Amino acid sequence: MKVPRTKMPVLDKVIRRTNFEEVACGYSLAEAQLEASRCLDCKNPRCIAACPVSVNIPKFIKELIAGDLNQAYYSIYDDNILPSICGRVCPQEKQCEGACIVGIKGEPVSIGALERFLGDYSLENNILEERIITDNGIKVGVVGSGPAGLANAAEMRKMGYTVDVFEALHEFGGVLKYGIPDFRLPKDIVTTEINRLKDMGVNFHKNVVIGKSITIDQLLNEEGYESLFLGSGAGLPSPLGVPGENLSGIYYANEFLTRVNLMKSFKFPLYSTPVRIGDKVAVVGGGNVAMDAARTAKRLGAKEVFILYRRDMDSLPARLEEIHHAIEEDIDFRLLSNPIEFTGDNYQLKQVKCEIMELGEEDSSGRRRPMPTNAFITYDIDSCIISIGNKPNPILKDSTAKLAVDKWGRIVTENHQTSIPGVFAGGDVVSGAATVILAMGAGKDTSIEMDKYIKSKQG
Amino acid sequence: MYKIIEKRALNIDVDLMVVVAPLVAKNAKPGHFIILRVNEVGERIPLTIVDINGDNVSIIYQKLGYSTKLLGELVVGDDILDFVGPLGKAAHIRDVKSVLGIAGGVGAAPLLPQLKEYKKRGIKVDLVIGARNKDYIILLDEYRKICDNIHIATDDGSLGTKGFVTDVLTELYKTEKYEHTIAIGPLVMMKFVVLLNKKYNLSTDVSLNPIMIDGTGMCGNCRVTIGGKTFFACIDGPDFPGEEVNFDELMTRQDYYKEEEHVCNLKLVKK
Repeated sequence: MKVPRTKMPVLDKVIRRTNFEEVACGYSLAEAQLEASRCLDCKNPRCIAACPVSVNIPKFIKELIAGDLNQAYYSIYDDNILPSICGRVCPQEKQCEGACIVGIKGEPVSIGALERFLGDYSLENNILEERIITDNGIKVGVVGSGPAGLANAAEMRKMGYTVDVFEALHEFGGVLKYGIPDFRLPKDIVTTEINRLKDMGVNFHKNVVIGKSITIDQLLNEEGYESLFLGSGAGLPSPLGVPGENLSGIYYANEFLTRVNLMKSFKFPLYSTPVRIGDKVAVVGGGNVAMDAARTAKRLGAKEVFILYRRDMDSLPARLEEIHHAIEEDIDFRLLSNPIEFTGDNYQLKQVKCEIMELGEEDSSGRRRPMPTNAFITYDIDSCIISIGNKPNPILKDSTAKLAVDKWGRIVTENHQTSIPGVFAGGDVVSGAATVILAMGAGKDTSIEMDKYIKSKQG
Repeated sequence: MYKIIEKRALNIDVDLMVVVAPLVAKNAKPGHFIILRVNEVGERIPLTIVDINGDNVSIIYQKLGYSTKLLGELVVGDDILDFVGPLGKAAHIRDVKSVLGIAGGVGAAPLLPQLKEYKKRGIKVDLVIGARNKDYIILLDEYRKICDNIHIATDDGSLGTKGFVTDVLTELYKTEKYEHTIAIGPLVMMKFVVLLNKKYNLSTDVSLNPIMIDGTGMCGNCRVTIGGKTFFACIDGPDFPGEEVNFDELMTRQDYYKEEEHVCNLKLVKK
C-alpha cells in the first residue's frame, strides 16, 4: 500500500499568533523514516539536478532509512553546510520536491523536512564529521556573512585557505538574522550553524563595513588578501514610488523585520529598540518577505493585517507553506489591489488608496500583467509595511571605482569574477534578490573559481 | 569590544568620549558618523565623529534619550559592545572664501570637524552658537582656535545675546557677508535658519540625524525628502542642502517613538 506524505506537526494556529515560537515542529525519527521510505531511489534522480547545491538526496535518504543518521547527515553536509536552515527556508516545491517523481501522481517526498530532521539531529547531538584541514597560509576575504558568504567561506576553508569574513552588522548571518523571523527560523539554529564554521577555523569580524571601514583596494593592496568574495546581498529596499511614502507609520520590510528579528523589539522594553504598528496593518507585496512581515505584525498584536497584492492568489511568489500559514493565522489577502497613494494627518499615516487591477496578457515573467481599471478603494490603516523587493546595496560600488555594475546596481561577473581581477561575487548582489539556497549555491560555485584563480597566479 | 580611554563632561548633560576603534579611524573624514550599541539589549544609535587621533575616535553625546544615558553610565576602561563606521558621506567642503557655522546646543559637536576642515583649507570661518543657557554652550575653546568671530546666543541671556541664533543672525547679516553657511542643531532650529538664510540668498548645508538602525542603507528608517525626492540620510547624507529638506515631515518621523522612549526612561528611573 502507498504511504501518504507524512505531515509535519505544527503549532496550534490560534495560539501561535501570540508568540514567536517556531510554527513547524519537525519530524520525530519514526516520522522521518516513514517519510523517507516513500523515496523511489530513482536511477536518474531528478531531485539532485533540481537542487542548487546538488545535495545527494537519494543517498542521505537511504542512510536515514538504514538508521545511520550520522552518515546521512555527513552526506548532506558535503554539499550543504546549512541543512537545518535550508530544510526550513528553501522553496522545495520549486526545487527538489518539484522534480520528485513521486510527486507526479501524488505528493512528492518531503525532502526539505528530512533535510531539516538530519540537520537538527546533528545540532542537538553535536555530530560533526572530523575533517583535517591543511592550512596553505593564503588569505582570502569574504564580504558579508549571509548565505552566499557563509557557503563561500566554508568551501574556501575546506581547501585550506585562511578565511576572514567581514560583516557590517553586529551579528553574523545576514538576512538569516535580520530578515527571516524566529517563527520560521529560530535564531539559535543560525548561530549554532555559524559556530560550526568558526570551529572549522573561519575567522569572523563584525562591525566592518567594506567600502567604508576598509575598502576593497585596501584589502587587496595593503592587507595581503589574494582574492575576495563579495556576497553583500540585496539589502537596499525598493520603493513603491507613490506619493506619501515617507509618512510616519510606513516601514520598509527591512526596517520592520530588522527591528523585530535582529534588535528583538518583540521583547521591548527588555530590548530597548521599539516597534509600533497599531491595530490595522497593510503589507504591500506577495513574496516570502511580505508573508513574514504580515505574520510578524499579527504576533505583535495587530488586530487586522492584510496583504495588498496587485495580481491574484495563484501569482503570489511566496512559498506555498508560508501562504498556507498566513491564511491559517487570519492574514487577509486583498488581491488585485495596487497601492497608488498614502495620505496622512500632519505627516502621520492614515489611509492607503489602491487601484483595483485586472489581469491582462502574459508579461516577460510569464505571469499575467496586472492592468489598471480606474476603480479605486481606500483603507484606513495605522501602519504599512512595504515588501516589494530589494536591490544591492550601493556602498561597494560607490567606494570601488573599477567595480562594474549593471543598471540595477547588480555586480557584473564573468565566471563569478567581477571586473576587478581576483575579486569575485555571488548571491543576491549579482542575481538581485533571490533565495537563501541560490545564494549558497553561488558562494559554493565561486569558491572553485577563486581557487583556480589563486593557483594560476601562483603558477 | 571598543575600549573607552577618555571621558569628560562638557556640561551636566553632554559628555565627550574617546574610544579605540582602528577600523573606524582608518578612513574617517569630517562629516562621517558611527553607530554604536552599548550592550546586548541596546539600540543602535548614530553619532557624528568629532575627532580622530591615530586609532582613537572622539564622540560627543547628549544624555537625552535612554541609550545615550546608558552610554553615559560607562567610564574610562569600560568597553562599548559595538562601534561601527565611518558611515555616511564625508562632508562636501565647498570652494568658498568665507563660511559661517551655526550651531544649536549639542549640534556644536558635529559642526566642529567641518569648520576645522574649512579652516585648514585657509577659508575664513565665523561662528554663531546658541543654547538654552551658558552651561549648554559647548566646545567654545575649540572654536576659538579656528574662528575669527564668535557670536553667542542663549535663551536666558546668561551668555551673549538673549534670544535664538536667528536673532543673532538677523543682526549679523546687517554688517557681514558670507558665501556659505552650515547649520547643525535641533531640526526646528535648522528649519528657521534655512528660512532666514533664504531671504539673504545664502546657502545652508544642514546635517540630519534621523532614526537609524543599520546605518548602511539597508532599513530605510532614515529616509528624508529632499527636493521632493527620497534620500537615505545614512548613505546619501547626513549632510544635505537645507533649502531642499522637508523638515516638517522629518520632525514627525523623528518623534515616532516618543512614547516608547518614555517607557525606556522609566526603566532607568526604577534601577
